[in-house]
Amino acid sequence: MATKLAGDPNGLRRAHVPLDEKLPPGVKPVFSESGIEMKPVYTAADIGREGDTLERPGQYPFTRGIHAEMFRRRPWTMRQYTGFGNARATNERFLYLIKNGQTGLNVAFDLPTQCGLDSDDPAAEGEVGRVGMAVDSLRDFEVAFEGIDLDKITVSLTINGTAAILIAMYLAMAEKKGFDIKGLRGTAQNDILKEFVGRGTWIFPVEPSIKLVGDTIEYCARHAPKYSPVSVCGYHIRESGCDPVEEMAYAFCIAKAYIDETLKRGLAIDDFAGRLSFNFNIFGKIFEQVCKFRGGRRLWAKILKEQYAATDPDTMWLRMIAGGGGFGLTIDQPENNIMRGAYYALIAALAGAQTVALCCYDEAYTIPSPKAQRISLRTMQLLIEEMGLCDTVDPLGGSYFVEALTDKMEAEMRRTMARVDELGGIVKLIAEGRLQDHVSQQAYEHEKKVESGEVRKVGVNCYRVEEDEPDVEMHPTKPEDLALQLASLATIKAERSAVEVGCALDRLEADARAGVNTMPAIMAAVKAYATVGEMTKVLVDVYGRYREPIRFAAE
Amino acid sequence: MTSARKIKVLLAKPGLDGHDVGAKVVVRALLDAGFEVVYTGLRKTPEEIAKRAKEENADVIGMSILSGSHIPFAQRFRKLWDEYNLGTKLWLIGGNVPKKDHGALKDIGVDAVFATGSKLDEIVTYIKEQTARWPRN
Repeated sequence: MATKLAGDPNGLRRAHVPLDEKLPPGVKPVFSESGIEMKPVYTAADIGREGDTLERPGQYPFTRGIHAEMFRRRPWTMRQYTGFGNARATNERFLYLIKNGQTGLNVAFDLPTQCGLDSDDPAAEGEVGRVGMAVDSLRDFEVAFEGIDLDKITVSLTINGTAAILIAMYLAMAEKKGFDIKGLRGTAQNDILKEFVGRGTWIFPVEPSIKLVGDTIEYCARHAPKYSPVSVCGYHIRESGCDPVEEMAYAFCIAKAYIDETLKRGLAIDDFAGRLSFNFNIFGKIFEQVCKFRGGRRLWAKILKEQYAATDPDTMWLRMIAGGGGFGLTIDQPENNIMRGAYYALIAALAGAQTVALCCYDEAYTIPSPKAQRISLRTMQLLIEEMGLCDTVDPLGGSYFVEALTDKMEAEMRRTMARVDELGGIVKLIAEGRLQDHVSQQAYEHEKKVESGEVRKVGVNCYRVEEDEPDVEMHPTKPEDLALQLASLATIKAERSAVEVGCALDRLEADARAGVNTMPAIMAAVKAYATVGEMTKVLVDVYGRYREPIRFAAE
Repeated sequence: MTSARKIKVLLAKPGLDGHDVGAKVVVRALLDAGFEVVYTGLRKTPEEIAKRAKEENADVIGMSILSGSHIPFAQRFRKLWDEYNLGTKLWLIGGNVPKKDHGALKDIGVDAVFATGSKLDEIVTYIKEQTARWPRN
């Protein structure tokens, strides 16, 4: 039954989960960030389900980990987020990180690339190369990955609005360099639904945006079956203000929307769902975070098996990159962020994340400096090399507290997903701006609690010192980087075959209008060195542009 | 009782930066403080913001910029101020703005900068203090 809470215009507000027993006198109630009340002590009586003690990592429902031996076989992949200026500058930083022991790459793109604008577009003025690498054509990808063995170093592309184009560029670049794309691994973020909630690099309206995601999943399943075309991000919704239970529940709802879109194409669930991955946040309370991942793994496996009749265990795995934590970091006493980052890395390790991208101490306000990036890398290497975090799988499994909280988190995620469905589904809630409104209201309430001191932040509202005068140092942008990028774009445009580009763009338009899979046409256009801006313009002409719903309903 | 019209704040997100958590939090704080608030949504050009400010007859313009592009945006916006004959009396910028840039922004014409880490109370109090002296109609 849908019971609407008072002052809940979006219908999404979660009720607190109280204890079913009285606290001893004088003990104050404590709630997790997801509103689950915590007992002072847990005992064997709190583990309701006998099955828990029989769960094994590597076995359904994968609560304890997707692999039987997890980090004993291979530590988590360390994949710091990097990219700035042009392809050449980014390539240099990639090589620096690899030399320092990083095992995967996570590429940041500048805003024009993310929004589908070329570097010479007037709307890109002042933004080229600022928050990531500028990409106009395939040439930029060729330069950025020079000297990198793509069979050894897996690459994650943090791209959404123009993901179909950049995935095509990555595959085309790998092919040109002689890699077999049938075996090529890698990931693209390509989660457009969350962009409407947080991060904001949407381009097309909601429906065609989902269609494009379906195109990439289908294309990769048929041509690059090891490539992960989507990384569904609870991460940014959490950064936008939601709680840990909602982070998982909304991400699962979004992932189901992509699965449903892809099933329409005639693929079987086991043909593609195993290549969907996830991106989750790691700031927050240590045990709630660990239980979020344990409960989330169990729930996702059950969803795939029970609702989609998946049979392949791979399909049921909750593959993830865990990381970031920007919302938890502070601009006050920024060195404290190094310690916060260490605890976040501990959370990811205890939770059994396959890949970790740890926030750097200066990441709350800028592109990290090389030193900050190395400290984050060393933080993870310390856990692996010195602290024994890889020795035993799911070391917290069997703890009365952890098992009880895992069950509660799973139950609350399930309840939250059911609520979304009752309200018409995640796509409708996002298209109407209701999810965005609900999440931003929570960010506001959190900020008020930080300012009032109800939520404690060290160095912000307690343990301040007189000399605290927060300031930021921004990553420097070099004017010559822009000049180089513009020159390179001009050269490409002069050297390529205008006829070939024109034909490729015409084909893209025809395919988009016909509603068939656009990826083959995008691949052809990319190989002809059509630009991100040119291809995006064609798609905007067909699909139109998204209009952002502005909603501030008082909760 | 006076029937003074509410102070109207236009809160804008210039440029391509999609980080709107802070901007939306400030919108809610200003609404709670009794201001009338118009939020532009993401990805507005300086021209679009100036046009909207004129249409809305905004008393205060706030801009949230986290990408580091605050100086070029402020410069571009300042040029539009006269062109659009804006009656706006207060211009604020919030976001990731290093201290060394505060002076440059003020030289361009920005009245106050609320960098990342500013408290909602500071922003509300500042606008209230500045606007308290204004004649209301």
